[in-house]
Amino acid sequence: MRRHALASASLAAVAFATPAMANDDVRQQTAKPEQWVLQTGDYANQRYSKLDQINRDNVKNLKVAWTFSTGVLRGHEGSPLVVGNIMYVHTPFPNIVYALDLSQDGKILWKYEPKQDPSVIPVMCCDTVYRGTAYADGTIYHHQADTTLVALDAKTGKEKWKVVNGDPKKGETNTATVLPVKDKVIVGISGAEFGVRGHVTAYDAKTGKQVWRAYTLGPDNETLFDPEKTMSLGKPVGKDSSLKTWTGDQWKIGGGTAWGWFSYDPETNLFFYGTANPPTWNPVQRASPDGKPIDQKWTMAIIARDADTGVARWAYQMTPFDEWDYDGVNEMILADIPIGGQTRKALVHFDRNGLGYTLDRVTGELLVAAKYDPKVNWTSGVVMDKNSPQYGRPQVVKEYSTFQTGQDKNTKGVCPAALGTKDQQPAAFSPRTGLFYVPTNHVCMDYEPFRVSYTAGQPYVGATLSMFPAAGSHGGMGNFIAWDAAQGKIVWSVPEKFSVWSGALATAGGVVFYGTLEGYLKAVDEKDGKELFKFKTPSGIIGNVMTYSHNGKQYVAVLSGVGGWAGIGLAAGLTNPTDGLGAVGGYAALRDYTALGGALTVFTLP
Amino acid sequence: MTRAGLALAFAAAFGLLSSLYAVAETAKKEKDGKWETADGNPTYNITADGTVDWYTFSGFRRYHSECHTCHGPDGEGSTYAPGLVQSLKTMTYPQFMLIVASGREVVNAARQSLMPALGDNPNVRCYLEDIYVYLKARADGVLPRGRPAKRVDKPAAAEKHEKACFGDK
Repeated sequence: MRRHALASASLAAVAFATPAMANDDVRQQTAKPEQWVLQTGDYANQRYSKLDQINRDNVKNLKVAWTFSTGVLRGHEGSPLVVGNIMYVHTPFPNIVYALDLSQDGKILWKYEPKQDPSVIPVMCCDTVYRGTAYADGTIYHHQADTTLVALDAKTGKEKWKVVNGDPKKGETNTATVLPVKDKVIVGISGAEFGVRGHVTAYDAKTGKQVWRAYTLGPDNETLFDPEKTMSLGKPVGKDSSLKTWTGDQWKIGGGTAWGWFSYDPETNLFFYGTANPPTWNPVQRASPDGKPIDQKWTMAIIARDADTGVARWAYQMTPFDEWDYDGVNEMILADIPIGGQTRKALVHFDRNGLGYTLDRVTGELLVAAKYDPKVNWTSGVVMDKNSPQYGRPQVVKEYSTFQTGQDKNTKGVCPAALGTKDQQPAAFSPRTGLFYVPTNHVCMDYEPFRVSYTAGQPYVGATLSMFPAAGSHGGMGNFIAWDAAQGKIVWSVPEKFSVWSGALATAGGVVFYGTLEGYLKAVDEKDGKELFKFKTPSGIIGNVMTYSHNGKQYVAVLSGVGGWAGIGLAAGLTNPTDGLGAVGGYAALRDYTALGGALTVFTLP
Repeated sequence: MTRAGLALAFAAAFGLLSSLYAVAETAKKEKDGKWETADGNPTYNITADGTVDWYTFSGFRRYHSECHTCHGPDGEGSTYAPGLVQSLKTMTYPQFMLIVASGREVVNAARQSLMPALGDNPNVRCYLEDIYVYLKARADGVLPRGRPAKRVDKPAAAEKHEKACFGDK
């Protein structure tokens, strides 16, 4: 396997380290299974660890090794990093970074706390979460809520440089991690619900100087789409592929922000990310001048760009003309998997819209699109016939179209709800089983769009929605599933009381880990999902599970700290108006299980 | 206390509350489909079969567009912001207007919470009374969670106010 070869090669290279490019450094560092230097585990976003000391037989003996309180109450997403002897822990706003010495039971080596204007807090839709820092070349890259990107010396916590990427007064904020690649750091932006025009931007890793910026929407010279060379579904996108799909100037406040994850393929030098929804949530206000659905490209899309120039190689739009808030930002997992008798260089993406997509990551060819929750009902599926004019497009079921039902009318029973069959909480891929392990939501909604007007820096939403657990199912709001991305099939599914809002971890020990909103860290068997271990941590888990090794001993760590969209939507419990008055409040309320508080829990074998 | 005794006590307390409630109810006035209390603050109207006035329904809709992404569904609160079903048990309409229009900041060692100033946002400003009467009905315990099952039609006055507030011709 390429990864093994790379690991030994890079270990040899370390001794003769010349000023390496971040790309080489990240590849060398991520090849060491004892470390965790990117939020995503590696460039491929597999969240798989080769560590196997903790295995299916002994995981039941896991004990808490040590804990650490972050001192912050808000929702804690992302995970700590481990580089050498140091663990780096980040927090939500005010975005503290702690460097903890693993050789001294987590003694604080340094703490970095930026001064940020608290007026950024209310423009962060759905909690002040932050999905964490990244390490490359002796530097911790930290992208704050107010969009300040700062490079910190990993040893001392001293600022090397900082730069401001956006304007919170217009609703531009940051919740995402960053991608260090070669001599650049690539960052995204949040704020689609505030009418922000989304972009990704590359900064020089050494100086913080802006190198390029690529918008999701607008003219070709600003989206960095090449009319002839940028491909979509096997064809060049053509001139002004974005502009042509908008009414008037709506693209200027058109959303399509990039607040999810980044993956990178060194072989093609492409990086991959997804784009968010177009605001408002009232599709009627976004229709074409003749009142028809219009694509609003490149919102709700997977975009593959060259890491040096930012120019798009290919793009694929999952949900043209969004009517449900199904952002396309979820992670893009790169894996080489056998499909139809040959090994494909695949990109696998579990979209908010409830479909699991498998594409060829080199060309963007669509290979599989299938529901990863059987309750998904807004679409009858994606047209896979290359000769059809509808090729690659999801077919919308009239009954669940909030656009066709119309504004000021309530569209009932749409699955999934706006939070998606999965949100940002990343899935894992195990090369041992060839399966993807996916944390999911099992929640549906009623959705009523209505007219709103745009004011800079103010929410631009325009729909009322009520959410409830999927009807005719197990009554819970989540599932943890294993997915076959070649077949587009669920292999097994474990029901959960609440949405699973924690990133999964797969390991060479055959154990898959995830957290729950009640606060359990769970370990399950990679083969069948059988529960092997659980422990209730101090607060609900919306963070991602990671693993590392120190002095030859394997550890598993996770941040607790309930919050985020899950904490907002589920704290009080869901109701289903169609159940009648007697059942109102009958669903589990998260606040009966857990309370606020950021804490790190680290596990190991006795 | 025995179960029967408890039930009796409940019944007595409920009786007292309902008669007080009835007094408040009779003091309400209606103009063009909009209700106000004797002292001139906006209020809701819910009939015996659960039909809500237009403004209470409109408040439900606007709340779940503009407010619930922080304050949670049905005014119940979240891990992020307080439950307005509790706040409005004591907060007056003038206090409510002031906080929504100008915002409120609580930033200290234990807590960073910041209510934005929404006075410039027509999607809120034009429906301040609506959101208030909806939340007041929730706080008073007379409107259950979820979408109101029945409502009266939109009055012409509401249409007119909306147009004027959004600056439509």
